[in-house]
Amino acid sequence: MSDTATTTGRPPSVYVPSAEALATVLAPGERPPRPGALSASLTFGWRALLKIKHVPEQLFDVTAFPIIMVLMFTYLFGGALADSPRDYLQFFLPGIMVTSVVMITMYTGVGLNNDIEKGVFDRIRTLPVWRPAALVGMIFGDVLRYVLAAVVILGVGLALGFRPAGGPVGVLAGIGLLVIFSFAFSWVWTFFGLVLRSEKSVMGVSMMVLFPLTFLSNVFVDPATMPGWLQAFVKANPITHLVAAVRAAMAGSADATNTMWLLLWSAGFVVVFGTLTMYRYNRR
Amino acid sequence: MSNRNTGLAVEADGLVRSFGSTRALDGLDLQVPAGTVYGLLGPNGAGKTTAVRVLATLLRPDGGQARVFGHDVVAEADAVRARVSLTGQYASLDEDLTGAENLVLLGRLLGLGRPAARQRADQLLAAFGLTEAAGRQVKKYSGGMRRRIDIAASILNTPDLLFLDEPTTGLDPRSRNQVWEIIRAVVAHGTTVLLTTQYLDEADQLAGRIAVVDHGRVIAEGTPGELKSSVGSGTVHVRLRDAGERTRAEQVLRTALGVPVQLEADPVALTARVGEDGTDLEAGEQAARALGELARAGIVVDDFSLGQPSLDEVFLALTDHPAVGADERDDELEAAR
Repeated sequence: MSDTATTTGRPPSVYVPSAEALATVLAPGERPPRPGALSASLTFGWRALLKIKHVPEQLFDVTAFPIIMVLMFTYLFGGALADSPRDYLQFFLPGIMVTSVVMITMYTGVGLNNDIEKGVFDRIRTLPVWRPAALVGMIFGDVLRYVLAAVVILGVGLALGFRPAGGPVGVLAGIGLLVIFSFAFSWVWTFFGLVLRSEKSVMGVSMMVLFPLTFLSNVFVDPATMPGWLQAFVKANPITHLVAAVRAAMAGSADATNTMWLLLWSAGFVVVFGTLTMYRYNRR
Repeated sequence: MSNRNTGLAVEADGLVRSFGSTRALDGLDLQVPAGTVYGLLGPNGAGKTTAVRVLATLLRPDGGQARVFGHDVVAEADAVRARVSLTGQYASLDEDLTGAENLVLLGRLLGLGRPAARQRADQLLAAFGLTEAAGRQVKKYSGGMRRRIDIAASILNTPDLLFLDEPTTGLDPRSRNQVWEIIRAVVAHGTTVLLTTQYLDEADQLAGRIAVVDHGRVIAEGTPGELKSSVGSGTVHVRLRDAGERTRAEQVLRTALGVPVQLEADPVALTARVGEDGTDLEAGEQAARALGELARAGIVVDDFSLGQPSLDEVFLALTDHPAVGADERDDELEAAR
């Protein structure tokens, strides 16, 4: 009963609203109780999965981009900074994994901004559900992308000769820490997604924050050779704590100090930017 | 639901909302009786969309207050949300998802279990003639289908109050009629409908009462009949064969109708308001007399019509300025950030 011309071969039949058919859907039924916070969040997460199903191109960012990053930097710096690319990879892989995954957290903000622009958020915000559910669900969906990106990078790393001393448990622990941090960090982008005018400006701001944050860290080289002022920044940078903790976990030794710092940073991001996000979300 | 069909669905007192330097709402008062279709009529930028967004809890007013079924839209937003649905001017579904997926998603969010949500989605798709398009992404829908799936999504939980923001803008006449039929069915089942429109005939067709909105304020309120008779129940449009006859035609019409006659920008066109103080019947008689007098005077008429006053004419009569304005939501997106 389509009224478009997209169907070929037969004339499109015209929709005629029928009183009886409408009556069946309009009869006021029992209103179900409102869903719980978790259930609503998971439903929004399901929406994110459906979007991946319909627009699989969006996985390009979490597959091709990380592969390029690993290959590029391993062979660019490997010979110069270590004895061989393979040696460098042992140091570098956890760092590039962090960089790639943290970089794709910005798509949370881009996606949210897009929803607002398209009007989907108007409907979502008039639903009587737990307020943060839409955003939490959106980030749940993104967490899946983070895991996928981490696994892709791990696969490439293993193929190139990365041999983590921590074994599967250490690698899992490292990825776990990375995902916790990325979930928390995504709230920064939900805030910017709500505040900024367009998708483009969200991208612009994200890049301005993410490039210094990921490069001015211990991802690529040991900070020992950097000037003092830069070392100070690198030391305070949450990415440094994250990379140190992930590196240690994958190497089979736990770095309690850095792990604690990264968890504190994560909690801080959720509290500060989660609150700011919800404030903006409710105020718009 | 004690007051689903009785009392006031919406009560707004002195709503104010600004975006930057634009005052989109400037002391808007509104009383919408439950169980009716109520029309908010006005040009782009009049404040209709902003009013709907405040009442649907999407925007907080800067001043004034509003209650929906007795619940304050700011303090008791959740109680309001449980009873209203909004079909916005812009697509309010996820365009990447299929029609069926959108409906199941909303059903789940409204608390239905998975099988119940699926069943409800199928029912709605069937009733709105979208069964065949159920598995297609919404972005591939035609304008009319998109409106229908939007409305279907809005009645998923059979709301007590449904906001429809310009539901037929941009639709072809057939799709417009379909939407009208749906709106009639919705209100017949007890849902109050608050409709914004730029078209007087749409408000006339559907609404029991109309508020005319301009510059964020209600400038006139009443039944369609009351509003039209305040402006004159009709307008006679005349087009002549020969522009040289216009002065004579103007005199003939003025004498026959006893009202001022306007000369349009088009050199062969004239218009006059009829039925100033009365009924549609009277307007018809006056129009017939005017046509007769023109024929008797030997003036050749190419086109003669009696129509309802257009929104422009109602506006002109009520405000002494033509209905022009900017797009509100753009203002809002600009200023709200």
